[in-house]
Amino acid sequence: MKPYTRYRYAKNWTALALCCVSGLIVLVPLGYILMYTVIHGLSALNLSFFTNLPKPVGETGGGIANALVGTLVMLLLSGVIAIPIGVLSGIYLAEFGNNTFGNVIRFMTDVMNGLPSIIIGVFAYTLVVIPMKRFSAIAGAVALSILMLPIIIRATEELVKLVPGHIREGGVAIGIPRWKVSLRIILRTAMPGIITAIMLSVARAAGETAPLLFTALGNRFWQARLDQPMAAVSLQIYEYAKAPYEDWHAQAWAASLVVIMMILVFKIIIRIVTKGEVKAAT
Amino acid sequence: MQTNAAAGILPAAPRLLMKQKKKGLGDDFFKYFVASVASIVLVIIILVVYQLISNSRLSIAKFGFGFITSSTWDPVAEQFGALPMIWGTLVSSLLGLVIALPLSLGVAIFLAELAPLFLKKWMITTFSFMVELLAAIPSIVYGLWGMFVLAPWLQTTIQPWLIAHFGSIFLFQGVPYGIGMMPAGIILAIMMVPIITSISRDVINMVPNTLKEGALALGATRWEAIKLVLGASKSGILGAVILGMGRALGETMAVTLVIGNTPQIKTSLLEPATTMASVLANEFTEATSDMYISSLIEVGLLLFLITIVVNVIARYLVWQASKNLVQSR
Repeated sequence: MKPYTRYRYAKNWTALALCCVSGLIVLVPLGYILMYTVIHGLSALNLSFFTNLPKPVGETGGGIANALVGTLVMLLLSGVIAIPIGVLSGIYLAEFGNNTFGNVIRFMTDVMNGLPSIIIGVFAYTLVVIPMKRFSAIAGAVALSILMLPIIIRATEELVKLVPGHIREGGVAIGIPRWKVSLRIILRTAMPGIITAIMLSVARAAGETAPLLFTALGNRFWQARLDQPMAAVSLQIYEYAKAPYEDWHAQAWAASLVVIMMILVFKIIIRIVTKGEVKAAT
Repeated sequence: MQTNAAAGILPAAPRLLMKQKKKGLGDDFFKYFVASVASIVLVIIILVVYQLISNSRLSIAKFGFGFITSSTWDPVAEQFGALPMIWGTLVSSLLGLVIALPLSLGVAIFLAELAPLFLKKWMITTFSFMVELLAAIPSIVYGLWGMFVLAPWLQTTIQPWLIAHFGSIFLFQGVPYGIGMMPAGIILAIMMVPIITSISRDVINMVPNTLKEGALALGATRWEAIKLVLGASKSGILGAVILGMGRALGETMAVTLVIGNTPQIKTSLLEPATTMASVLANEFTEATSDMYISSLIEVGLLLFLITIVVNVIARYLVWQASKNLVQSR
């Protein structure tokens, strides 16, 4: 073998080996983070963690009950804002969006998707907190809904476009007005997918901290009023992480585990729901 | 006969027209209704720009262009310059990119070109599962891990070693703090890898096979053929890189917990720093004076502008690359 050929072969094998190695390197930190969270989270996790309020420093047995409820309330509220706007905008883009205005909206949706979540927080602060003169669950929900909106819009557009043309033609052929075809037939056919997209956007919003920092602010007590500061699990993790107490750090890991489990449960529900629907459809 | 038939049809015709007109009205209403809902997105983006500008007018008026060039960030004296944050944001993202890019390309090449057929399906499932897991882990958990696991480890093992062996290089001068620019870059790299990998894998897959086959037929080694494929997917990979950058620039929670939040400009990666996003997360609720809040919001405005420019360039590159590759097929 000529020396140059040997050099080329050596280079070939080194490069290919490095590619394989990089695959392993990438998997290690992710696995490590997950393992660490599970191990440290489980050791601090017990039933009272889900039912108790946060305790002051020094007292053990604090929980995140109010934060769990706060997260769920704000997710629900942001869903109420984002889902109708998102789905209808998606229908517009799919059905009438082949023009300049549609492209502008598409571009703006992409811009919105790329907005750093902290900017969304600042925006919700200027839009809701300043006029209301206090931090509130509503402001948090507005921020989260801006986070969810682009995901729902683009997914609805894609899914409505996927509905086969003959279904629409069938509806129009028997004399149903086109708008009714869009809402009652096309949208219903695309529904399982859209629900998946909505759940995905909820799962993304569930773990977000940055948009809530100066909108919902966090709260160590129960709060039923939506115009008052409200607790959220992610905010609680941040507060515990910054504090210098061992006990709080352990609780931060437990809360992290709870958030990850919550998001995974959302995702598993999505899998189950969509599989069921797909079976029912075929 | 003909007149009769015409007379028979004519009375019916207006009714038919009326009915159609009525249907058209419903459709028109529906169209304009969904269009107006869709324009909410446009309104929100315009509102974001307007709110950020109008709420930072105090600091824009006082500091003007000097806000970007001054490196003083002194809330007590109310002197604000965003240069340390801009520096920290750019350097931490670049550091993340330098770590993430070779790894991502390696994984993308492995998934697209190298994985043996019987492993390929399994590998790709594992990888997409990994991407999904990454999306499931909130960024605050990365921050927590970086703060309690990565930073202490860097402080006790990696950083002393770097100082002992490469201490003369400007990148590794100083004392091992643990937290600082280095863990921030590593955490950002961990978060960027899946984005860059999945997009570059798609772009590599789009390159026509004939290119690689031609090279192999001429006696090129596999790596040489792959290099050709990489050349063809250059602009798409660049787009993926910039998209990952866009994500890293705006990343808040993970960075805030590990970067040390010190507004200073140091070339050493061991020193603590701060980013535009983390200064917002850290100081916004503590800001008391109007000028302080206004300056923080101006930092937000700058971050917004940077991420928009980066994202637009990235989308354009990815779009252009996929168009060219589809055309060349």
